[in-house]
Amino acid sequence: MRTDLSPFLNWSIEITLVALLVSMLIAFVRLVRGPSLADRIVALDLLTLLAVSVIAVFTIREDQPAFLDAAIALGLVAFLGTVAYARFLERRGRHDSGVEEPRA
Amino acid sequence: MSVLLLEILTAALLLGGAAFSLISAIGVLRLPDVLIRMHASSKSGTLGAGMILAAVAVLYGTDQIVARAVAAILFLLLTVPVGAHIIGRAAYVTGTKLWPGTVMDELRADHERRECEKQEREKRERGQEEREERNP
Repeated sequence: MRTDLSPFLNWSIEITLVALLVSMLIAFVRLVRGPSLADRIVALDLLTLLAVSVIAVFTIREDQPAFLDAAIALGLVAFLGTVAYARFLERRGRHDSGVEEPRA
Repeated sequence: MSVLLLEILTAALLLGGAAFSLISAIGVLRLPDVLIRMHASSKSGTLGAGMILAAVAVLYGTDQIVARAVAAILFLLLTVPVGAHIIGRAAYVTGTKLWPGTVMDELRADHERRECEKQEREKRERGQEEREERNP
């Protein structure tokens, strides 16, 4: 908690961090459950996007503007990773379906 | 006074960004097929991350930090749609099943025609190779 900020801003920072953590957990559930490889790539993409957000929130929370550079770098790497995964998926060819079976 | 105003704006942007991130994560979990899930992750995910980066820019307000935050937002706006397009294409080409409730699939005719052409071309090339093997 920073002392030079109003209490309500400090609380919004904490609430934002918790919400981002919950979002990451939910995205992780999709990453584990699949069912197709494309689903996992989408979930991984969302996870890195959420990590960029977390770094941005920490910039404010710890008063360290240098963290923003890490956020930009992570965005770059995430894009390259997504493109690489998609190329791999396209080269690998047909495999699995993507529609979840309706659960009983 | 204006500091308080900036703090209120920052808090609003932070909470809004968190809400959009949460919505996109729930969408990725709950929606029925890859293309629809991607719709949730790319659009509202970008908006959520963009709002949080904008909150950093608003709170600090110095040239360097605003420039970095705006650069990060512009970069997200450039790369996320491109990435989503590439994943969507890869998912469609690898034969991911669409949601049963899908009303229209305008890409199918084009895609099937291309697959047929590819197979014919491969068959022709194979035939040519065999002929060359028989009379060199």
